[in-house]
Amino acid sequence: MFDTYHFYETMEQNDILLLYKGNITSDLVSSLLHMTEARLENMDEAPKIKRKVFNVLVECLQNVYHHRDQGESFEGGNSAILMLGKKDDDYFIVTGNMIFAKNVEGLNDRLDRLNKLSKEELKLAYQDVLANKGFSEKGGAGLGFIDILRKSGQRLDYRFQKINDEFSFFSLKVKISQTAQIK
Amino acid sequence: MDAVNIEPSSKTPKVCLDSSQGVFEIEGRSIPENSTEFYKPVFDWLDAYIGSSNSETEFNFKLEYFNTSSSKCILDIFRKLEKLHESGSNVTIKWHYEEDDEDMQEAGEDYQSIVKVPVELVMMEE
Repeated sequence: MFDTYHFYETMEQNDILLLYKGNITSDLVSSLLHMTEARLENMDEAPKIKRKVFNVLVECLQNVYHHRDQGESFEGGNSAILMLGKKDDDYFIVTGNMIFAKNVEGLNDRLDRLNKLSKEELKLAYQDVLANKGFSEKGGAGLGFIDILRKSGQRLDYRFQKINDEFSFFSLKVKISQTAQIK
Repeated sequence: MDAVNIEPSSKTPKVCLDSSQGVFEIEGRSIPENSTEFYKPVFDWLDAYIGSSNSETEFNFKLEYFNTSSSKCILDIFRKLEKLHESGSNVTIKWHYEEDDEDMQEAGEDYQSIVKVPVELVMMEE
């Protein structure tokens, strides 16, 4: 039998507050946000931090919702993963989803570029995209990663793992701390 | 003009646009995946209002959360109010934020720097 206790212990040791694997629909985004709010409500934490965690989680989840690519060329082709955890005083949000291999380079370059910007540069980048760009074909505003960087105040951690010729797995880890790293 | 009254949901705000009462307000959370669909009636109402507006319009935003998809729609509302303002009507936008919510305050400042219509930042004490 699947070792449930071992799995429970692993989650406990890694301070996982919420874990989800499966398809991401609009209704499931609502349910996950609802669960997160309930989970955060019971934590002894400053409202300011709770608000940031919720805000960043919304963007992370909706990023996955708008930008995941789906296919049948591997098992679990429509699934994504979401984790919310707390390590010491820091919260972390991890998402993982499939993207087309052909888009890896573009996304990686964009994240590398955004991840180097200062607080002021992020603000200007946000205002520029907000004022001058429309919605993408996929319904994204092009602001998600910039917003995540601004609100979390932390550098993003990301990687791409090749699945097959068509797909790569994109994982993103965002930290939310009491003090901002980006100045 | 018929008023627009939209009740809040877990992902969308309460909207009240009532020119006869002089109430123009969006309140709560705005985090839908498809924000243009939600804001369509607001845009349509404002387009009609611009042709027959009150002499004064005070538009209040009291948002708790909004996602980046909504941020573009909110800017579109600001743009429409900017157009009304430029036509000579007296328009003020009040952007409310809670005392410790720097992110919401900064969001108000972002809009302030983009549009040419007076945006007043109003801090709400807890």
